[in-house]
Parts: sequence; structure tokens; C-alpha cells
Amino acid sequence: MDFQSCVKINREWDIVGARQIGREHAKKIGFGTVDQARIATAISELARNIYLYADTGKICFEIINEIDRKGLWILAVDNGPGIADISQVMEDGFSTSGGLGAGLPGVKRLMDQFDIISETGKGTEIRTVKWVRK
Amino acid sequence: MRIPILKLHNYLLISIQTDLDDKTAIQFQEDLLSKIHKSGATGVVIDLTSVDIIDSFIAKVLGDVVTMSDLMGAKVVLTGIQPAVAMTLIDLGIHLKDVQTALDLEQGLIKLRQELEE
Repeated sequence: MDFQSCVKINREWDIVGARQIGREHAKKIGFGTVDQARIATAISELARNIYLYADTGKICFEIINEIDRKGLWILAVDNGPGIADISQVMEDGFSTSGGLGAGLPGVKRLMDQFDIISETGKGTEIRTVKWVRK
Repeated sequence: MRIPILKLHNYLLISIQTDLDDKTAIQFQEDLLSKIHKSGATGVVIDLTSVDIIDSFIAKVLGDVVTMSDLMGAKVVLTGIQPAVAMTLIDLGIHLKDVQTALDLEQGLIKLRQELEE
């Protein structure tokens, strides 16, 4: 699938840039304020993970327009070290960086769909979707 | 970018008006602690009315600065957390349990006064 727009994550400031762009997309599609905040927060967590663990990567957005529903698809890709034990990083409170360990399990709760593929030494890809509530 | 810290009697007042990036947040932590040290302030209100996103990193920085200030002898109250921010924090699993909060700046100052008089 081709994504409409991508934001490169190279610097710390790109975390803010990515979540601002994500929020704009969310607003345009018709998400309410709370869901806009959820989406922006999820992007912030994903972008920070890229910056912290993989140095560089990208966050891509795609608007989903189906007959009966609309949504925002967010993809986070990096070529970093990958995640050896996915079940471990999905546990609340697990962190290797001294953070709160709220990132990935938090993103899963903030969004409606969440898929993670990771290969050690190759990188990580996280695909997540939020649907507009009717 | 630096976040301005205002002194009012024994209190320090901060209104965060910008989308917080990591560096600004860390800088703010340092600035606030050194301002507490220099001014001898006993109470701090951090107003978050204009903040529309708090992710796990910013939450950690805020929670830490409350604990750090407490260690120095200054009480901190966070005010004005927006409904959307409160909801996303809980989704993230962040409860900021040991942090004092109030609805707005005015309530925050009342709470500080009560705490400090006890």
C-alpha cells in the first residue's frame, strides 16, 4: 500500500512535527478533539521509539475511506535493531530507556487496531488504525 | 525555547503555552528547580490549560519535576489539564497519583495555600 504522506524521524523535533501533522490529518477526517489527542499521543510515542531506539525512521499516514467507515492509518517504520521479545515490550511498565514503559501498550489502547512486525537486526514496522466514531 | 517562570510572593507560576518537545521539557525541569533554589519559593503552580497533548515522556518529566520540587521543599500543583489530555493519560496507563491537581490556576493557588498552611 502506498502511503499519502510520510514524515522522516531524524531529530528530536521531528517527534513534535509528526504528531502535529497527524493531528491535522485527524482533524480533516472528522475525528473529535479527544480522538485527535489520542492519535497525536500515539504518534508521539511511535516517533519517540524510532528516535530513541532506531535513530531514524519514518511515520506515514493514509486516510481510509470505505463505504461505511472512515479512518486514519498510521505506519511507523525503522531499520533499527528490531525487538527481540515483542511480548515483553507490550507489557505495561517495561522499558530499557528509563521511561515509564507506557509507550507501545499505550499506543495499542489509544488506537483501534495495532500490528507489530519486528526482526532483530532489520527493523520494526508498526501499523495502527483509528476509526472515526459515528 | 524557554518556558517563562513568574514569581508571585512565595509562589512560582508557570503557564505552558507551547507544544512541548523533549528538550524544552528537560530545560524547564532544570529552570524550575534552579528558580525554586534562588527564590526560596514554597509553592509552584504549573498551568497546563493550553497543552493539548501529554505523552509518556512529558508525563514522566512533569511527574519527576513534582517529586524533585518536593525534595527541595516546594509543593507543586498542576492545573488546567484538558479533558482530552486526562483521557489519553489514562489510556497510556499514567495516573500521576502522587501529583496534586486543580481545575484552574485560581483553584491551584487556593489548594497551595491550604497545603502550606496546614
